[in-house]
Amino acid sequence: MQTTPCVTVQNVSFWYGSNQALFDVNMTIPQHAVTAFIGPSGCGKSTFLRCLNRMNDRIDGAKMTGTIKLNDQDIRDRSVSVEALRRTVGMVFQKPVPFPMSIYDNVAFGPRTHQLARGRALDELVEKCLIDAALWDEVKDKLKSSAMALSGGQQQRLCIARTLSVSPDVILMDEPCSALDPNSTHRIEELITRLKNQYTVIIVTHNLQQAKRISDMTGFFLRGELVEFGSSETVFGTPARKETDDYINGRFG
Amino acid sequence: MTSLASTPVLVQRRVLNALFQTLCGICAVIAIAVLGYVLWFLFRQGITYFKPSFFTRLPDNVNPVLGGIKHSILGSVNILGIALSISIPIGILSGVYQAEANGKLCQVVRFLTDVLNGIPSIVIGLFIYAIWILPYAQKHPGQGYSGIAGGAALGIMMIPLVMRTTDEMLHLVPQSLWDASLALGTPRWRTMLFVVLPSARNGIVTGVMLALARVAGETAPLLFTVLGNEFLGPITGPVDALPLRLYKYATSSDPVQNAMAWSTALTLILIILILSILARFLTRAGKRS
Ligand SMILES: Nc1ncnc2c1ncn2[C@@H]1O[C@H](COP(=O)(O)OP(=O)(O)O)[C@@H](O)[C@H]1O
Ligand SMILES: [Mg+2]
Repeated sequence: MQTTPCVTVQNVSFWYGSNQALFDVNMTIPQHAVTAFIGPSGCGKSTFLRCLNRMNDRIDGAKMTGTIKLNDQDIRDRSVSVEALRRTVGMVFQKPVPFPMSIYDNVAFGPRTHQLARGRALDELVEKCLIDAALWDEVKDKLKSSAMALSGGQQQRLCIARTLSVSPDVILMDEPCSALDPNSTHRIEELITRLKNQYTVIIVTHNLQQAKRISDMTGFFLRGELVEFGSSETVFGTPARKETDDYINGRFG
Repeated sequence: MTSLASTPVLVQRRVLNALFQTLCGICAVIAIAVLGYVLWFLFRQGITYFKPSFFTRLPDNVNPVLGGIKHSILGSVNILGIALSISIPIGILSGVYQAEANGKLCQVVRFLTDVLNGIPSIVIGLFIYAIWILPYAQKHPGQGYSGIAGGAALGIMMIPLVMRTTDEMLHLVPQSLWDASLALGTPRWRTMLFVVLPSARNGIVTGVMLALARVAGETAPLLFTVLGNEFLGPITGPVDALPLRLYKYATSSDPVQNAMAWSTALTLILIILILSILARFLTRAGKRS
């Protein structure tokens, strides 16, 4: 497997006020691969994911130490604009959140913000993103209708299309399937597997089977610590730590 | 096995339940009945002169039967239009400020908004009179009263209402919507303007309409500002308005004009009703598209 480093995390700790949520996390996330984070709820997976695109910046009393580098660039450097960072590191959330506008405008919103395309070029970009998110065939005749009317699974694929629209390098996904039915889940898993050819995908999931199926690398979090990080084969096959073994075999959490 | 028979406790609960249900029902009926009676009474009294010519004529003090309220309707519509164009931008923008900012200044503004909300409308009319109309009249004798000043007075009354609704509606927008937009690298101002405000739009429009309906019937602040007029005049001078006309007709010594006061009231109520229905319709159409 190709292992060009994409995101390098060094000694990251995170606090919500006086409550420490992450303890000295270190890892190197490879490019163009799917990296999954697993662990019981409340162990800090979402917190960690949100550090990677600085979504925690505005939380009152939150504090982070350590460094996170994206292609050798420190994402918290003064010269880094948080808007540009979030364009490069996109995010898909647990609950699909379409904007209250048409399907077309949902996907065109990001490109318009960053002035990436307009007119015909924007139409083509929107089409391409919807095709890449495996939604085009279902919505091509109703691009002007409200995104709110789509089903949950379609809304989540729309959110993925919206994330793709600003051509990110990295896509963060926080339990993207946990609000969806098995069929939609299956479609999104297929989609993720395809996306890794072009993007670095980092996904948090509650579903161990899903992590095993789709991920190349797996990280196991427990009480804010990264207990184990390695190739999914190793983590699921021959885990090095007892806690990991217990967790993936359902002995706790 | 637990017995399926009624126990005294269960019987007592059922009785209490029936009692409270009846009480709530009676109160609801009373509330609606009072409202219905007002509307019905208004309709019966007002329908006599409620005909097309009433809306296309000016008051006729020589032959009252030939009179109408055309200029009052136009005046009210213009004054409310001015009130809207003052209160919508200021109210919504300051509502956004309240929802977004926090700190000392924001709390002070919030407190002052509540104070402003509690100021009697006549005081606001007096305020406009003191700072606008009186100084103007001293420089240009015989002038000063104007529809614009009346619109400003009603606009000032609407600001805290619009501001409060905007603030409240913005707080109802879930954080997840903010996150979804910010995660695309959208700056905060753009997120607010194009994602958060539109999703709060229905609530804000309804709030603006309620505020408009509230000030549409205000008489006191208009007394000091637009003065009233028997003729159709430009908005830059004294104009008439429905509440003023209602007052004038109701206190007239002529029985025909007294009856016309009811028709004026009916017109005012209908305009407010149309505004509310329009607001409903607009927001519903927006939701569908
Ligand atoms: N906004 C927040 N403010 C304060 N504490 C938080 C916040 N978000 C998460 N936490 C706390 O941080 C810990 C980790 O939460 P989270 O990262 O959401 O876990 P996970 O996604 O693994 O379920 C939890 O104890 C949670 O209560
Ligand atoms: Mg989580």
